[in-house]
Amino acid sequence: MEEQFVKTEIRKPENIVYKKTDLMVDRPLSYCPGCGHGTAHRMLMEVIEEMDIQEKTIGVSPVGCSVLAYDFLNIDMLGAAHGRAPALATAIKRMWPNHFVFTYQGDGDLAAIGTAETIHACNRGENITIIFINNGIYGMTGGQMAPTTLPGMRSSTSPYGRDVPTMGHPLKITELIAQLPGVYYVTRQAVHTPNHVRKTKKAIRKAFELQKENKGLCFIEIVSNCNSGWKMTPVQSNKWMEENMFPFYQLGDIKVDGKLIEAAK
Amino acid sequence: MGELRLMKGNEAIAEAAIRAGCDGYFGYPITPQSEVMEYLMAEKPFERTGMVVLQAESETASINMLYGGAGTGKMVLTSSSSPGISLMQEGISYLAGAELPALIVNIVRGGPGLGTIQPSQADYFQAVKGGGHGDYKMIVLAPASVQEMCDHVKLGFDKAFEYRTPVMILSDGAIGQMMEKVVLFDQIPRRTDEEVIKQCPWASNGRPKTRNHNIITSLDLDPAGQERVNLKLQEKYRQIERNEVLYEEIQCEDAEYLFVAFGLSARICQKATDLARAKGIRVGLFRPITLFPFPAMEVSNVGNRVKGILVVEMNAGQMIEDVKLSVGCKVKIEHFGRFGGIIPSPDEVVKALEQKIIGG
Repeated sequence: MEEQFVKTEIRKPENIVYKKTDLMVDRPLSYCPGCGHGTAHRMLMEVIEEMDIQEKTIGVSPVGCSVLAYDFLNIDMLGAAHGRAPALATAIKRMWPNHFVFTYQGDGDLAAIGTAETIHACNRGENITIIFINNGIYGMTGGQMAPTTLPGMRSSTSPYGRDVPTMGHPLKITELIAQLPGVYYVTRQAVHTPNHVRKTKKAIRKAFELQKENKGLCFIEIVSNCNSGWKMTPVQSNKWMEENMFPFYQLGDIKVDGKLIEAAK
Repeated sequence: MGELRLMKGNEAIAEAAIRAGCDGYFGYPITPQSEVMEYLMAEKPFERTGMVVLQAESETASINMLYGGAGTGKMVLTSSSSPGISLMQEGISYLAGAELPALIVNIVRGGPGLGTIQPSQADYFQAVKGGGHGDYKMIVLAPASVQEMCDHVKLGFDKAFEYRTPVMILSDGAIGQMMEKVVLFDQIPRRTDEEVIKQCPWASNGRPKTRNHNIITSLDLDPAGQERVNLKLQEKYRQIERNEVLYEEIQCEDAEYLFVAFGLSARICQKATDLARAKGIRVGLFRPITLFPFPAMEVSNVGNRVKGILVVEMNAGQMIEDVKLSVGCKVKIEHFGRFGGIIPSPDEVVKALEQKIIGG
């Protein structure tokens, strides 16, 4: 009986309703178990596969936890110097205007060392998509304070909690960018529950559809966890994220069709 | 035949880039090289050939735009002057590490710091010895005329793609600003996207389903892998040293004494050579055209035939180290330099030869 069950091949093409996208390279991710990067990668690649644009897509990876993103995403990629991904993407898109160009960056990369490149690429209205993973910490280097670290939040360089008078405020760069006329679509999403994953994928799809229409820069922030850096279990970190990150970094659309939504004004 | 024009050195760089079939220029204004981008913007190469011209928010952005464009196989150029080139060092190191072809023009001004806007040659070490981090070199061309500014753009792009390496044109504020006759080469058509893809199978410009994905990076976390990267780079630099040396010898055949100088200093030494010979001093001039690869063997051959060598530079003594390493210690070698934007006169150079070499 048992043997018969094993022999029965149920994975027939007509039975497959969902599978891993071929645009994810078949190799183990370097991310910590529980981290949101893997899900974000997969949603991005699913969108590119479904739109069938992989031959015309060029990605730029950052420095940070996702520095090796190019090893996992089965598309042509360039690894940028720390913070400079939007500068690379600018030149790539200008010289390959019919290609789809995206950057994938963390908060230290995009909102600290790369602030100038981010703001100016956005302000020029480059027809690219920026995927911004915000987990409020420098994960790869071992959990240091990031520009997005919340007030009072502990990190290895703010061991007693972020002290705003001496360490400054967390930077809501997404709201800042939404003010720029070159930016067409800005949204903040998450990937820690199936519902959030679906919304994120929809946002990424929308951004790539808009890129096809040359509408201007599209910016998707994904608020994510860093269970290792936050010194929590994955489940704890997702709960902590909902209770602490989401009130400060509120999920939802910030700018749609080139217009700020009311709450963001 | 090419077209004859009277042009500034900076303008010749810009016009030569358009004619070489350059795909993109990315730059940030800085004196004394702003004419490069000004000329391009006025000339509208995006209408003439389809070349992209973009004013970046900083030199940091410019050099990383270069990295982005080069990584897709496009022919890209940036220009700046000393302080801006300092800002680009990180990006140049990345270009070398990722083995990307790109052309960088440095119209040198006096330093250190904000320094001055007047011409200088004080960035020799930075250009030739690797100004950024890690073991890398780039091909460094030192034009001595507006004509060479034009010709070195074409040569620089050719070598950048041949060796997949960044190439620098190391010029200065005087050659950038001065006007001379220049014979411009004929327009070379820009490559089509299909030609770029064919010529650069390593480039990241969209993965067809028929091949694996291309990755442009300078990162290899495995020490053994990173050592292999370094060995490959070093082999490339040895090959460049064997094949790409350029230099010029002027009145060296019967020379008893020798000037060694590059770029603007070589122009001054050429006049000084005539002045000295009128006084009966048999002096010649050796001019390295490539600073990396340095013409070590060639300067040694000439240098070891003379009684003394005066290395003339608009800096405190930089190329003289390479001359000494090449020629050895049997011949007297002294340095004459002016710095901070001062251009020495031919008379001063002859006097220095008489005092430091002949009389000294």
